[in-house]
Amino acid sequence: MSATTYRTCPRSGLQFEASAEKLMIINAVTAVVALLVGGILAIGVVLTRWPAVHWLDADTFYMVLTAHGIDMLIFWIIFFEVAVLYFCSSTLLRCRLATPKLAWAAYVLMLVGAVMNNVAVFQGGSSVMMTSYVPMMASSWFYLGLILFAVGALIACFIFFGTLVIAKRDKTYQGSVPLVTFGAITAAIIAVFTITSGAIILIPTWLMSLGVVQSVDALVYRTIWWAFGHSSQQINVAAHISIWYAVAAIAFGAKPMSERVSRMAFLLYILFLQLASAHHLLADPGVSTAWKVVNTSYFMYFAVLASMIHGLTIPGAIEVAQRAKGYNNGLFEWLRKAPWGNPVFSGMFIALIGFGFLGGISGVMMGTEQLNMIIHNTIYVPGHFHATVVVGTTLSFMALTYFLIPVLFRREMIAPTLAKWQPYLFGFSMYFFCLVMMGAGTLGVSRRHWDMAFSGAAMAYEWPGAAYLMMGLVGMSGVAAIAGGAIYIYVTVGSLLWGKKLDQGAVSEKFTPIPPTAPTVVAQSYGSAGFTAPGTFALAMVFLVAFVLYYFVNWKYLSTLWGLA
Amino acid sequence: MSAIHPPSERVWWKHPLDRVEGTWILISFIWCLVMFGMMVGWHIWGKQNLSTETYKTTPEKFSAKTQAMVDKYTVRTETADKIPVVAPPAGSDVYLIARLWSFWPILELEKGKTYRLHLTSMDYNHGFSLQPANINVQVVPGYEHVLKITPNQAGTYSVVCNEFCGINHHAMVSRIYVK
Ligand code: HEM
Ligand SMILES: [Cu+2]
Repeated sequence: MSATTYRTCPRSGLQFEASAEKLMIINAVTAVVALLVGGILAIGVVLTRWPAVHWLDADTFYMVLTAHGIDMLIFWIIFFEVAVLYFCSSTLLRCRLATPKLAWAAYVLMLVGAVMNNVAVFQGGSSVMMTSYVPMMASSWFYLGLILFAVGALIACFIFFGTLVIAKRDKTYQGSVPLVTFGAITAAIIAVFTITSGAIILIPTWLMSLGVVQSVDALVYRTIWWAFGHSSQQINVAAHISIWYAVAAIAFGAKPMSERVSRMAFLLYILFLQLASAHHLLADPGVSTAWKVVNTSYFMYFAVLASMIHGLTIPGAIEVAQRAKGYNNGLFEWLRKAPWGNPVFSGMFIALIGFGFLGGISGVMMGTEQLNMIIHNTIYVPGHFHATVVVGTTLSFMALTYFLIPVLFRREMIAPTLAKWQPYLFGFSMYFFCLVMMGAGTLGVSRRHWDMAFSGAAMAYEWPGAAYLMMGLVGMSGVAAIAGGAIYIYVTVGSLLWGKKLDQGAVSEKFTPIPPTAPTVVAQSYGSAGFTAPGTFALAMVFLVAFVLYYFVNWKYLSTLWGLA
Repeated sequence: MSAIHPPSERVWWKHPLDRVEGTWILISFIWCLVMFGMMVGWHIWGKQNLSTETYKTTPEKFSAKTQAMVDKYTVRTETADKIPVVAPPAGSDVYLIARLWSFWPILELEKGKTYRLHLTSMDYNHGFSLQPANINVQVVPGYEHVLKITPNQAGTYSVVCNEFCGINHHAMVSRIYVK
């Protein structure tokens, strides 16, 4: 197994093991291809939901929407996450990847599954949306594709764990794993749980599509499906928060304000993120109130607490690092003097703010048992999750890619000016897109709905003019966001194809262990308390005020509705 | 050293925490408790809580009950399909069928009166989206969900299906009248 080599990147000092590096590249590239496909499909989705354009016919629209959801949420994100897992283990711990052959097998399984699923969808007859609620059935290849993909992803998680073991055994580092790796471990643990739930429900459904199983109960399906569907979103949260910590470290040399706080927050994720599948069942029959309340709130909002902590400690760490460099004037000089022209940083920061303000606040609101009734299955829901998985996860992955182009792919980035603007275009148009979707959802507009004019219906409902306006704005901002996504793909793929090749750095047969660092002074003064990040604290208070106001406005609205008991 | 390096102190759980962090954790924690309290409290003091009364049912059983109500309380029919408009007495059990791609029948209710609304689907999942009030409930086949509803404003409401249910999903829309 010692046939491998280790390369030390001259630009970042990171050490890449040869087999891990290839696997990271192939998984990341495949992810970008999925994003490209999903992005092209987004054109169809958004131009159909824009009422003045109403482009595709109903059949095609539902097919395209099914594929858009799956290619984006599952294939783009998970392929990229596999690359991130390998990076956080093999690269950050400077060790070889466990069982690279098996890792290739995992990749092939995922690829075959992804292609199989897409082919099934585009043949028509499987336009069941990514949730594929029974008894509406897709072709058996649709489910089999997802199952193969899930098995591949599960294997990748175990390779990640195996790599951690190798690092420990070969003593490539001392003490605890880095915080970013710790976050990746969180993501992988959650992944193992959720992918297993996915398999539990998809396998009988697949058998049902083959006629082997008679029927799968509709409510049981929804319950188990969401144990997979919701919790798997927490993989993304853990992954992109790890990336935020990594970017803070890379761009500023920032060290976590307190390892204890940040790691505890990740632990809270592991403990409570398995819950929250109830988010999607709050408007369902047959589920008990007590279960809904405890589950939807992650047992008293402990996972929300964890996210609020990360939301403070990451900018806080940046602030501390910047202040140490002398940007000490006022509350916000540290932020003004941040490298806003560097897409690695700007992408990460726009993701963080958008994820918190738009995705976080709306998510907690709609995850409240009673409040859920005023948005369930409206277009508010995609408004919320485009703020989480697009602004949060996708934009963070984009930011990380800009770092990886010279470091992992060893190419000089083409079109740096375009890249510099890309996070702003993509991020801000997505902010707006999410806001207007939520606006339309607040007015009741349905999600997954081909025609808000209800053509052909005898008792059509006339949406208020504002709803049409909002959906028009959804269309426009969606197109702008797609343009932003296209620039990302152009810069990434273009750099890989035509970017100047960069020096790969010294190659060695053996890994160089991570040198231990001397303990810092603060650590000796356990319990010391300063107030080191006042600017971040001020931002956090703004966030809290927005959160509280929005939360209670919705209760106020709810209180005016029909009595329900 | 930084977040991508192993922490320099071996026992990370003994790291000091800054006052910024401590304060924020405390504030966040209190806010989390408030939100949790709201959900629980609304069950006690609030007037909009989704009922969990649910029975297993079959299309035959549910259609029979709905048909009985229609036979008894139909006041007129509407649209080319002659969908019955049913005005059941206040306090009674009212039934609404969701199926591909319509709701049946049309209900006519009285403002300020309470009804037990039974919902189910005959086939796929559907949505009960009451507009413009914007109350949304999932309708799941095989399950009869009983909601106690008290309309608080007169007017013509629409019921939009907002769970994707196939090619004519967009035409699945009906009404509820409140007098
Ligand atoms: C780049 C610009 C994008 C645009 C303009 C866009 C647009 C949309 C719209 C308008 C919908 C809602 C359609 C409806 O419910 O009727 C939708 C659904 C969805 N989008 Fe996107 N999207 C984009 C990117 C993404 C990305 C990057 C992801 C994931 C990482 C994503 C994941 C989803 C998912 C999961 C759905 C739900 C599909 C379903 O209801 O089954 N989208 N998208
Ligand atoms: Cu329907």
